Amino acid sequence: MRLQQAAGSGSIERRQMGRLVDRSLKWLLFASGITLVVLFILFIIILFSEAGESIREFGWKFIFGSDWNPVTHQYGALPFIYGTIVSSIIAIFIASIVGVAAAVFLTQLAPNWLAGPVLFLIELLAAIPSVVFGLWGIFELAPFLRTDVQPFLQKYLGFLPLFQGPMYGVGMLTAGLILAMMILPTITSIARDVILTVPSEQKEAAFALGATKWEMIRLAILPYSWSGILGGMMLGLGRALGETMAVTMVIGNRPEIAASLFAPSYSMASVIANEFTEATASIHLSALTEIGLLLFAVTFVLYMFARLLIRRVVRVQGGRA
Amino acid sequence: MFTISLQFDYERFTQGKYNEKELKSEGGLKQMLYSMSKKALSLAVVATLSMGVLAGCGGATQPKPEDKKEPASTPPQAMSLTGAGSSFVYPFFSKAFHTYGQPINLQVNYQSIGSGGGIKQFTEQTVDFGASDVPMNDKELEAASKTGGEVVQIPAALGATVIAYNIPEVKEKLKFTSELIAGIYLGKIKNWNDAAIVKENPEAKLPNQPITVVHRSDGSGTTYIFTDYLSSVSKDWKDQVGKGKDVKWPAGVGGKGNEGVAGQVQKTPYSIGYVELAYALQAKMSYGTVKNKEGKFVEPTLGSTTAAAAQFPNVTPKEFSIVNAAGADSYPISGYAWAILYKNQKDQAKGQAMVKLFDWVVTKGQEEAKALNYAPLPDNVQKKAQETLKTIK
Repeated sequence: MRLQQAAGSGSIERRQMGRLVDRSLKWLLFASGITLVVLFILFIIILFSEAGESIREFGWKFIFGSDWNPVTHQYGALPFIYGTIVSSIIAIFIASIVGVAAAVFLTQLAPNWLAGPVLFLIELLAAIPSVVFGLWGIFELAPFLRTDVQPFLQKYLGFLPLFQGPMYGVGMLTAGLILAMMILPTITSIARDVILTVPSEQKEAAFALGATKWEMIRLAILPYSWSGILGGMMLGLGRALGETMAVTMVIGNRPEIAASLFAPSYSMASVIANEFTEATASIHLSALTEIGLLLFAVTFVLYMFARLLIRRVVRVQGGRA
Repeated sequence: MFTISLQFDYERFTQGKYNEKELKSEGGLKQMLYSMSKKALSLAVVATLSMGVLAGCGGATQPKPEDKKEPASTPPQAMSLTGAGSSFVYPFFSKAFHTYGQPINLQVNYQSIGSGGGIKQFTEQTVDFGASDVPMNDKELEAASKTGGEVVQIPAALGATVIAYNIPEVKEKLKFTSELIAGIYLGKIKNWNDAAIVKENPEAKLPNQPITVVHRSDGSGTTYIFTDYLSSVSKDWKDQVGKGKDVKWPAGVGGKGNEGVAGQVQKTPYSIGYVELAYALQAKMSYGTVKNKEGKFVEPTLGSTTAAAAQFPNVTPKEFSIVNAAGADSYPISGYAWAILYKNQKDQAKGQAMVKLFDWVVTKGQEEAKALNYAPLPDNVQKKAQETLKTIK
């Protein structure tokens, strides 16, 4: 009965036609969904089979070893895992603070004539090729950090191991900063979109209760948008973990775990980019493929972790908002 | 899970259960997902567009593979060859192949994908010839012999590695010995005013500054030549590090490519790095002289590199190292890039065209190399390469 009402007063053929379109659309969507799953599985299978030689040879030592020597064919990936995770954390830390602050500014404080151009410029950052970020990193950012920022940090925060040791310009800190700039547009524009969905009743209610602008942002806007902002951070994290070119150019490419953020480091994507093209020994190629597999695993674990976090935040904040 | 929820929404939607108000009041998450997907789409569009622009730029320098497969527009004698490998030889090969191929309607498509990839593609016979910074070793030759038979390798281009540095106070050319280079790269000589450096350079005002050591981070023939030299002159280096296109560096930071090392050196005062001679000349970097086997400090030039290579007339793919050459004028850090061909060609016409091409590359073509700051092959090596090419059937 209801179906007939929904279909309206069209002829029987038209309704059947509609049903056919319905069904084929369903299958088309199903096939598209399955394609992704199949690609994913194929990808994993190929990575595993290509990495097989290295997995058999080194076992768990590959993950926990920190010796990477292409001459003697000893391969341990720990410094690369460390470099990838730490540089991404620095990036997400900086980009989240700046990105969310910028989004609040754009939506709540900036006059219209300013908000448009600023948003456009921030989103334009996303269109800059990463090799350009990298070149700028070597020629401008790294020298600036070495001569101005790093001595400053060492002078005032030098008691922390994070800011000790020689200053090369390139290194973990520089890589984290470049990554932060690269993921800033993602986080900013998503945070902005989310904040725009906050119902104006919420804001008005806060004002009505005598809240200042800052209190309104803190009590009405941020709790409401928190889950969406975390979603944006997740997308940013994904990009930071996999970013190759820009990081390779500024991270210093030294497979070493150092406490200092000034020290050169190395990321998983970078070592693949650096060594894959000229690697001829099969064990070397296999070890590089295993790094690719590990990068996949690290991304997966962090992604799951972030999802759990979002679910928790949504549950907690959902009650309050 | 994704498909189920989608189906649910879709059915609800067709039954008219969703209305605009409901959609709006569904709350933050759904709205967020919607706007997120919109955002992702627009980002993707921007990314695709910029990639398209880049690809367009690349297309201008690299001939597209489709171009040569147009039988209608090209005369019948037109032929095309494909090669892949070393990026070191790419500028030379692309210019030489163009100069040679243009008048006789021969299209040579060379992909500079790196030596490793070149050897792989050559072994799988997806290309007609390969090029590598280091000749194929026994294991690789065995793999290739299973698919395409015996392999012929000839030296095709000659390069040198120079020691570049950035010390604002020092204007004159610094003098380096093998002990100094090994000491600095092993991390044993840490300061520019170390007694060992001052001893060789008494006239230079060497500052009391720590040395920032820069090396290549990507696998490269330049690194091979450099570590080959250090292994042959320093026992410590040979035991602790060894030679290869990638090694485990005891000291310093890594830059990607010649431009990465050069950028780092030029932007970091008191740094030292090694780059390809051709690159150092183009980038106008300051670089030092190196003491050779005869005890003379020799400046790296095309001439001193060719002079060093001429000391090894019997260079073979097995005995391919030409570092630390004898002779008063020889610059000690140099090496060849190799062209790789199959001895028995399946397609006779193609094989002959390839032999003629490389016969030209190793002789007259070396003039083109000189123009691009590659050192020309010495005469004795040219002759030997020509003889080797004659064995191809």
